[in-house]
Amino acid sequence: MSSPFFRFASPVRFYPMAGKLIPWFWMAASVFGLVGLYVGFMVAPTDATQGDGYRIIFLHVPASWMSMFIYVVMAGWAAAGLAFHTRLSSMVALALAPTGALMAFLSLWTGALWGKPMWGTWWVWDARLTSELILLFLYLGFLALHAAIDEPKRADRAAAVLALVGVVNVPIIYFSVKWWNTLHQGSSVSLTKAPAMAQTMLWGMLLMALCFWMYSIAAGLTRLRAIILEREAQASWVLQLPEAA
Amino acid sequence: MNHWTSLSDFLHMGGYAAYVWGSVGVSALALVVEQVLLKRRMETIVRSLRQRARAERMEQGLA
Repeated sequence: MSSPFFRFASPVRFYPMAGKLIPWFWMAASVFGLVGLYVGFMVAPTDATQGDGYRIIFLHVPASWMSMFIYVVMAGWAAAGLAFHTRLSSMVALALAPTGALMAFLSLWTGALWGKPMWGTWWVWDARLTSELILLFLYLGFLALHAAIDEPKRADRAAAVLALVGVVNVPIIYFSVKWWNTLHQGSSVSLTKAPAMAQTMLWGMLLMALCFWMYSIAAGLTRLRAIILEREAQASWVLQLPEAA
Repeated sequence: MNHWTSLSDFLHMGGYAAYVWGSVGVSALALVVEQVLLKRRMETIVRSLRQRARAERMEQGLA
């Protein structure tokens, strides 16, 4: 149990370390955000077909990516908690869910504001939009189920099962634009072919994605610290923290 | 580099102002709200820990 991985798997060790890391993630999020917004709103050219309305992409795509990515990470930690009964794993999953739900909401909100001028409608029940809405409900269901069960360990297990079942929805969101004939456009960035957009647009999007990523880690770690204190409130190490003095 | 002719041109967003700024505004608001809620949550738990730590110190003092 002396490997670095296990050393920080204990809340006692993890709590102060996370506290030291959070400011760095905030700093990274600010730098990527400022540069990303500058590139997206000042440098990137007006789109030939969508005018300046396309600039919603600099928020929409990062929020959508993070909503899917956070879900997979959340389900992974929930599964680890289920399998290994490690205290911290289930807390990580619980700490990620609200930020993931926020990202799913922002994906839908910015999508609606983009859809209205371009498609003429705020919403359609198409495969991409519907599966993203289901993702939001999965996050909310995870949180509601966890909150409904008083005993934390039982709540962790029940919510983990829900999170794992819901994982099937993530590839459905991702591939929906290929599998079904959707109103939503295909992916703007692909690993296999050259991106179908100007270099500066791509850079703006990637920088904003990094900003959202760093923000999510900062928010997740902050919430994780709160959850650790709430759950370990009876433990003696918590009362010896400088915060409690 | 900069293709905006003026601040009002920038704010106008080529006619998409409501959609673009509606996205930016709500995104910024959502992140601020999340941080305010997190700060409150942390303050609540730290406050109750302080009370318990004080109570324990008093008990030890009496003993």
